[in-house]
Amino acid sequence: MPDLQMVVCMKVVPKPEEVRVDPATRLLDRAHARSEINPPDMNALEFALELKDRYGGRVSILSMGPPFFEPYLRVGLATGADHIYLLSDRAFGGADTLATTYTLAQGIQKMGGADLVFCGEESSDGATGQVPSGLAEWLDIGQITLVSDVDIDLARSVARGRREIRGGYEIVEVPLPAVVSVKTASNEPRFMDYRLKPGASDEGRVTVWSKTDLQAAETYLGLPGSPTTVSELTQAPTGERKRELLTGTPQEIAQRLAELLRDLCPNVPETSRKS
Amino acid sequence: MVASLYSVAEEQKAIWIFLEQESGKLESVSLELLAKARQLADRVGWQLTGLLMGNSIAELAQEAIAYGADEIVLAEHPLLADFTVDAYCHVACEAIMCYKPSVFLLGVTPDGRDLAGRLAVRLRTGLNADCSDLRLTPESGILAGEVSGFGGGVLALIEMQNHRPQMATVRPGVFLAGQADFSRKGNVIRLPVNLTEAMINTRIIERVVGARTDLTQAPALVVGGRGVGDKFGMLRELADLIGGDIGATRPPVDEGYIERERQIGQTGVVCRPKVAIVCGASGAFHFVVGIQGADIVIAINSDPQAPIFDFADYCIVGDVFKVVPALIAALRATHEVSYA
Repeated sequence: MPDLQMVVCMKVVPKPEEVRVDPATRLLDRAHARSEINPPDMNALEFALELKDRYGGRVSILSMGPPFFEPYLRVGLATGADHIYLLSDRAFGGADTLATTYTLAQGIQKMGGADLVFCGEESSDGATGQVPSGLAEWLDIGQITLVSDVDIDLARSVARGRREIRGGYEIVEVPLPAVVSVKTASNEPRFMDYRLKPGASDEGRVTVWSKTDLQAAETYLGLPGSPTTVSELTQAPTGERKRELLTGTPQEIAQRLAELLRDLCPNVPETSRKS
Repeated sequence: MVASLYSVAEEQKAIWIFLEQESGKLESVSLELLAKARQLADRVGWQLTGLLMGNSIAELAQEAIAYGADEIVLAEHPLLADFTVDAYCHVACEAIMCYKPSVFLLGVTPDGRDLAGRLAVRLRTGLNADCSDLRLTPESGILAGEVSGFGGGVLALIEMQNHRPQMATVRPGVFLAGQADFSRKGNVIRLPVNLTEAMINTRIIERVVGARTDLTQAPALVVGGRGVGDKFGMLRELADLIGGDIGATRPPVDEGYIERERQIGQTGVVCRPKVAIVCGASGAFHFVVGIQGADIVIAINSDPQAPIFDFADYCIVGDVFKVVPALIAALRATHEVSYA
């Protein structure tokens, strides 16, 4: 059997707490926000690297975005990934889920396919969590989403994952190739390996593909390929609260809170008020 | 531009909802969607249809009608007994291509997300995911979804002009479920199901669903952050005294001090209790969105600069381990007096 081919989809996102809306233009001001690899994607990479440790094979990082993503993604090389494929073209900009998943699928096909495609549960900026199953549909392969553990059975050519569902879990098997999305925080992403660090800056380990390289249908790409449009953008209201400071000893505060809770919660019994 | 499988000109003026069920019970998020969609449908004079898939679940059709549906499209088949994205997507796609609704809404649950993501690509349509509000314009029939990004700090209105169905997903707890009215009448249409084993790639080896926690329905919540460490027993005691439940911010969940389904916020559940008592949480934005719908927020934190105090009605700068036990004692005293 040829080497196990694994792809990890990763995204570089602005740190959520540093993004603001420019009140004048109503546009997102990302310029003053620092970037990072979308944290859930590090959990996805970790599972791929664990499978590589166990079975060998090759781990490729796949990302769609501007050239500035590259140095962030190289961190993945220093943790054990083999190669980076960056899909970068102005024509990819403004993509919603449909266009994003199409473009990523084209990238995977251009790479010659993969046995396993890993994704993080969701991105911290978009947070739609819809890429994994949309991608699986374009590739016409199976999926296991929200896994907290995953393994493969090479002899039977299946992936087996523990899928976290509300109030429990499922153990699910799908034939390879398959898309696997990883439940956030289900593993401890490893640190950079300093022995790998020098190689992480090798020129030859990053491949950048444009729309021409992908032979993608232009109508499916970027903003024109996206059914959804943003009609309005605003800073979220913070919600006006009273912000009343309660002071005193813990006992005095507790007394005051107990009275408040008695009015608010029907299940707290009435007390006979002492005068 | 990519065209969806059917056009605006072909659409049926109807709102469809994915009625998700687990072990013969409708998901709370489906009931919440029914209530919201009922309002939208009444405003524009459209029909509200529930798509119900499963095995031996026909009696749920009447329940969905009681909660607001005009019509149920019912697909029953042994291969729909447990959710697999292969089977559910196949059947949902056939149903939608048969009736061509203008709008299709789903709840954000593990299965709802799986289905939504695949179905939107199969139908070549847009997907407005994780909406915090929905608006439907009567003249144009355009659905706008309010979506928050960047941990809730930014709000966008997102819509699609030329693609159908207009798909959107909503998290549990965002909308309020209505009251069931079992005198409501509605049609139940049985959909012929063409499924074979060969069409299903997913094999469920084991499935364990235990007692499920539903914080969206809790009238009161006691929420622990990093500052309470693993002392959730103390919070449980307080919650029991006020007839509520306990939740957590992300750090205690990641530490394994409490179950993940009790995580509140953007990547957890969105709650709307009468009162939320937030203990030892700093007040990160992605957490705060989960309690924005609370009538009253009480915050206890030893750091006077903690952002949580900007999102609270009553602010207590103090030691959680002193204030909470004192509060438990005060509420106990109340009990004793009232039972005397």
